[in-house]
This record gives sequence, structure tokens and C-alpha cells, in this order.
Amino acid sequence: MEKDTVIRIKGLLKQFPIGGQFFTALKNVDLDLNEGEFTGLVGPSGSGKTTLLNIIGGLDSPTEGQVSVLGQALNDTSHAERARLRRKHMGFIFQSYNLLPVYTVFENVELPLILNKVDKNERRSMVAQAVESVGLRDKMDSRPNMLSGGECQRTAIARAIVHQPALVLADEPTANLDAENSHHIMKILSNLNKELSTSFIFATHDEKIMAYLRRIIHLGDGEITKDEIIDNPKAHD
Amino acid sequence: MLLKIALKNLLGARLRTFLNVLVTAFSFYLILFTSAMYDGMLQHAKQVTMDTEIAGGAYWHPEYDPLDPMTFEEAHSVPPSAIQALIDENKAFPVLVSQASIYPGGRIMPTIMKGIPPNQRIVNMPTDALLGHEDIAIPVLIGKGMASESKLEVGDAFTIRWLDTDLTYDADEGTVVHIMDTENFKLDMGHIWIPLNKVQSMLAMEGEATYVTYGKGVQPVQDKGDWIPRDINYLVQDMEAIIEADKPGAQILYLILLAMAAMGIFNAQVLSIFRRGREIGTLMAIGMTRPRVVGLFTLEGGLNAVLSAAVTLIVFGPILWYFGAYGIPLPIDYSEMGLIIAKRLIPVYTIGLVVSTTILVSIIVLIVSYIPSRRIAKMKPTDALRGKVMA
Ligand SMILES: Nc1ncnc2c1ncn2[C@@H]1O[C@H](COP(=O)(O)OP(=O)(O)OP(=O)(O)O)[C@@H](O)[C@H]1O
Ligand SMILES: [Mg+2]
Repeated sequence: MEKDTVIRIKGLLKQFPIGGQFFTALKNVDLDLNEGEFTGLVGPSGSGKTTLLNIIGGLDSPTEGQVSVLGQALNDTSHAERARLRRKHMGFIFQSYNLLPVYTVFENVELPLILNKVDKNERRSMVAQAVESVGLRDKMDSRPNMLSGGECQRTAIARAIVHQPALVLADEPTANLDAENSHHIMKILSNLNKELSTSFIFATHDEKIMAYLRRIIHLGDGEITKDEIIDNPKAHD
Repeated sequence: MLLKIALKNLLGARLRTFLNVLVTAFSFYLILFTSAMYDGMLQHAKQVTMDTEIAGGAYWHPEYDPLDPMTFEEAHSVPPSAIQALIDENKAFPVLVSQASIYPGGRIMPTIMKGIPPNQRIVNMPTDALLGHEDIAIPVLIGKGMASESKLEVGDAFTIRWLDTDLTYDADEGTVVHIMDTENFKLDMGHIWIPLNKVQSMLAMEGEATYVTYGKGVQPVQDKGDWIPRDINYLVQDMEAIIEADKPGAQILYLILLAMAAMGIFNAQVLSIFRRGREIGTLMAIGMTRPRVVGLFTLEGGLNAVLSAAVTLIVFGPILWYFGAYGIPLPIDYSEMGLIIAKRLIPVYTIGLVVSTTILVSIIVLIVSYIPSRRIAKMKPTDALRGKVMA
């Protein structure tokens, strides 16, 4: 069955100006990603994983090349349109969680819904469902400083999926977690992927994550060196 | 929606918000309080002057200039008939003014001698203390300041020397019959008050006066001759001039206070944007547009002002009210310094003062909240996310 294309990248080049010169972070990147994928960007530090995720998320713009995400050509969109795209259809998970410290778990997860102007009752049930799916129902009213690292990241996951986005971008989501929590998180994400038909892209060099991936795109020095579809036993848990 | 998030952020950041709000509230309070004190002082000074000196206004002899004692020699005549009629109806009273020298304890002191009808009820002065001293050659009423200057006490006698109409010096003995405690230094410093008929006979100016003060609500007379009407507005002019001259000082004080409050908020705002770079990046990643993030931070700053106003009302309101109701006792008697200042200062909070202060503070708070927040619009979300924020 042919699935919809979620991301299409052609001839992407990304350069950063550094003191009058340019540093090339990404080059010759061509990439298609379909709905429902559970894909990793893997490569050594500095290989351009975060840069690529940022461009896909519309947080950064390409120097050259076409990037279209969820049917929108990012090159032609304004800041506001890209913000709207993220707000409606994307979720972000960060290595250091990036929860708002003054908000409770509930409030952190609720925020994307508030931005999307979802009404209060619907918000309540959607938040409850998202929080439930990461197993944090009894921490609903805790603030991040009272949570463990794993719980923080689970909150961040709930925030990333609460508005049922088409695409979730996760940058090293397990880098700050121990093995047990890493597996827990990956199981949650893998289940969500199956239930929601949401596509996931991970930037990682964590072996534990790789065991769950169904496609691994290898990056080296800003270029795709290998793109493999794998049949992971854990991906079918 | 932004408002809700901003409020949540503020209330969530308990201590930080609390300190910010307290500083702003305190400046708010100080501005209100000092302005109100100032207004209260002015109002009091004006009211005392009207009560003890000006009443409804006056008619002056055309030659009379209170600031130039040399004019006193010429400034006297029988008041025009219409003005005299007011006096006869007890709606006004005449005062005869002359220069004189007194010799308390052998020293010489130049003074202004004023003859006033002891039974007048138009200004608040204890002139009836001058009544019923038939055994005394010249009964004299002086103020506390004058008493301490001349070291005179009730019952003390001293020589008064004056120039009469045929330009010869004359002298007689005056006796202090009362020392009045007046807040109006103009009735006190350098003045001796004597029953009008005594002064008239001393100067040989029977029936004459230098000015006539009338009561409140008395209609202006038509047939005032060449005498000059001086209404309240004119008579408070010099005091208003003193007040105006004093204003820049008070305004500098507000400006400093306002600048303090503004700097506090500006600082807090810059710091908060600097420290919250990651949060800003996260909000952008979640899909908040940059103008909205700017709006959010500006609103947070602005809400500081609202909270501050509320805290001012709740925490400092009772203090403001207490002083407004009971005044503030002053340890020093300022009247000797030539100021009309009550023994208890009572601040006056006018609606105008409260509204203008609130508007002024709010505008300033909004500006100092907005300016640092504007940087956010120039931030790259990727930099913000990495916590890399230019400060
Ligand atoms: N804003 C920037 N300005 C200049 N250079 C940058 C910028 N962002 C990234 N780079 C450079 O681009 C290269 C790729 O960075 P990127 O963050 O994408 O690497 P990464 O694969 O995510 O590495 P890591 O595994 O350490 O997170 C690095 O050499 C980095 O120094
Ligand atoms: Mg990275």
C-alpha cells in the first residue's frame, strides 16, 4: 500500500556563516519520508542530525534545496505559517525535555491545545488521554522540578502528541535517561506510532533507540551515507 | 489566551514575581504618598491662609503694596462709602497698616503695626484677646514666632515708636496681652496687632484704613472709589507662585521614583528573557508565533503593573488611608522657617492624582516590558532553543 509522503527533501544544502566563511552542515540531502514511519537519523556528533531536524521543523531554513513538509513547501512559507504548521501538525521532543518549569504536568501538556484554541472540556479529556498514555496520571499536578528525568521526558512526549500531530521530531530523547527509562520511553513512542499513525523521526546515536527503529538514515559529515529499512524484532513488540 | 498564559507564568514564578511586584508597588506607593503629601501641604497652606488672612477677598488702598513698607506712609484713607457700608454691616473689617519700631529689652526691632477691630469674626485670629484692657495704654497681640524672636511674654511691656502724620516720631508703651499660635507665619513674623481705634488715634488717622477684608460670599461693591479689589485668586497668587517654584523639586522626586520602578522592571524583564531563552525557543517550537511570544512577555511585564497596583492597594492602601485620615505628626515647628505647614501633615489623594499616577506607571511599565521583549522577535528559534540568547 502506497502511503502519503510526509517529508520530501531534494538537494538540501545548509551552511552556517562563520566569521566571513561558511561551514557546511548539510549537503546533497535527498530524503522522502512516508506517513507512519518510525525513523532514526543516526550519526556521530556534528554530523548534522539536529540541523536536519530543525530544518524539517521549520525552525531553521535551508541554504539551498527544496524541503516540503506535510504538503507545504517550507521555502515559500512565512514565519507565521511555519509556526502554524508546527502548532497544528508537529510535535517536538528535546534531549533536555524543555518543560515550562512553572507549569504542572497537566498545564505543560495542555499548552499546545491552548495554542490551537481547543475548548476547555475537550482540552481536559485530550490532556488526560495523553498523560494516561505515558503513564503519568498520578503526577498530573506535579511541577517538573518534582519529577524524575524519565517522568519529565514522558511529560514532554505527552505534550508532543496531545494534539495528535502528523509528525513528531525527537532530538536525542533518551540521551539524559538511564537504560530502563530509555526503553520505557521507546516502548511508549513505538506504541503511539502504531496507534496514531503519527510519523516519528529521531536524531540519535543511542544504540537502545536503534533497536526500535524501522528505518535508519545514517549521516556522516552532513551527507546521507546509508539509508536502510530494517526488520527490528523490538519494533514489533 | 495570552493573558491566561502570562498570568500563569507570573503566578508560577512565585518569588521572582513577588519581588518584582513588591518593588514596583513600593515605588507606586511612594509616588502616590509624596504627591499626596505635597498636595496636602499645598491645600493646607492655602486653606490656612484663606481662613486666617484672606477670607472672601479685600479692597486695598491704591497706594498699598504689602511687599513695600515704604508705601504704608501714604496708603491710608477713609474707605469709600460702599466699602464703609460693608464694614458697618459687619460683612467686612478695616485694617490700618503702618511701620513701627519696638524696643523689647532695649533692642530695636522694626515691625509692621496693624490695627484690627478686636471684635471681627471674619478671619480666624484671636483678636478678641485685645478686648477689655482699659488699664493698658496699648494692648498688643503677637504670634509665637515674634514672641520668641523678641523674647516677649504675656504681660511684658515695651516701647513702640512710630512716625505720625506730621512726620514726627511718637512713642508709647505697649503690653503683650496674648501670644497666638497661628499656622500662618505672615500674621506672625514681624507683626504687632493692636486694636484699630488705638492705632487710628496713635497715627491721628481717625476712621481711616489701609485695606478692608470682607467675608466669604460677600458680593462685590460698585462704588469702591479708587480702592482696588483683590479677590481670593489674586491674594493666593503669591502663595501659588511659591508652590509653583517648588514643583520642579517634587517632580524630580517622582521622576527618580519612577525611574527606580522602571529600572527594576526593565532589569527583571531583560534577565527573564535572557534566562528563559530555552523557554522562548520551546514556545516557538510548539508553534507560538514570534509576535505572540513578544506579546506574552510584554504582557507578563505589564501584568506586573496590575499586580503592583493591587498590592499597593492591599498592602500600602491601609497606610495611605491611615495617614490620609490622621495625618503625620511633625516633630519640628516649621512655621519659624517661614513655611505654612501644619503640625500634622495630611496627605490629600485626589482622583486626578491616583488616575494620573496609575496611567503614568502603567505606560512606563508597558514600555519597559516591551523594549526588552522586542529582542525576541529577532531571535532565531534554534539559537533560543540552545539557550543562546544575545542579551
Ligand atoms: N547556528 C550554528 N552556527 C554555526 N555552526 C553550527 C550552528 N548549528 C550547528 N552548527 C554546526 O553544524 C554541525 C552540525 O551540527 P548539529 O547540531 O546538527 O550536529 P548533531 O549531529 O546534532 O550533533 P550532536 O550529536 O552532537 O547533537 C556542527 O559542526 C555544528 O558545529
Ligand atoms: Mg544534535
